[in-house]
Amino acid sequence: MFLADVIGTVVSPVQIPELEGQTLLLLRPVTPDGHATGRTRIGIDKAGAGEGDRVIVLDEGNGGRQILGDPRAAVKTVVLGVVDYVEENGKLQYDHRNSAKLAPLG
Amino acid sequence: MYLARVIGRVVATARYPGMEEVILQWIQPLDERGEDQGDALVACAAIPSGPGDFVHYVDGREGAMALAETFVPVDAAIIGFIEEATVLGQKIDGIQSTNEGTR
Amino acid sequence: MLIGQVVGSVVATQKDEKLANRKLLLVQVHDLNNEPKEQYVVAIDSVGAGTNDMVLYATGSSARQTDITDGRPCDAVVMAVIDSWDLGGDNIYEKWAR
Repeated sequence: MFLADVIGTVVSPVQIPELEGQTLLLLRPVTPDGHATGRTRIGIDKAGAGEGDRVIVLDEGNGGRQILGDPRAAVKTVVLGVVDYVEENGKLQYDHRNSAKLAPLG
Repeated sequence: MYLARVIGRVVATARYPGMEEVILQWIQPLDERGEDQGDALVACAAIPSGPGDFVHYVDGREGAMALAETFVPVDAAIIGFIEEATVLGQKIDGIQSTNEGTR
Repeated sequence: MLIGQVVGSVVATQKDEKLANRKLLLVQVHDLNNEPKEQYVVAIDSVGAGTNDMVLYATGSSARQTDITDGRPCDAVVMAVIDSWDLGGDNIYEKWAR
């Protein structure tokens, strides 16, 4: 699992049946202090997350299928939770209640 | 799962059995600005799509699971057609599908 | 999947017994414009590909999803021989044009 910022949404009217009715979020993986790291990806929202939230992301097929409850779903990336705060070496790195706005696109 | 644009088609008659009907396409992965992110690859189309379309795809063994026959050596499949992407409250132009072939 | 050209084969007498009787191809990776890269893959053949063929290969656990590679130590398999491809309407590769 890793941390990511929800930076947007995707509207996909034609997709494989397992994705019907699911919300797709655009995710930017981030370091604990909020710097972008790694490839932007798309995840299925299972935590009620929205744009601007920092989230926990699972990017692995077996676990993703467990969350969706469909052992044959061709999916990998699932948003598992909305982060309240992140602490690193005793220092508060991120707090949902006073988080800065997302950095604009570079 | 990642964003991509379909950029070409691949024709291959001799294939592993069980995937004779599968459409093969070149896709270019994209970032949140609609710009190229990494190298192009070939993916199986699990939904109808064609060059110029904006799509999302899944990599790894899940690629095979999107197809009718799932025991096939496939490591990438297009699983959705994207009509619109919104990033930081703005629609991303570069990302919106066109039906023109793009290079 | 990625594309490559079969540039040869690899023979190893002393190898894991699960690789016995499996044809190992030496594949040079090409980019989408058919330019060869300085990158090579040893892949098990599942479609009867031969030298000079342009092929598609799959990697990772997907490579074990054939009757030939199931349950064997293999992370790359040639799963199609390419006839042609085009990009934005331009024909880049045509097997029979040579």
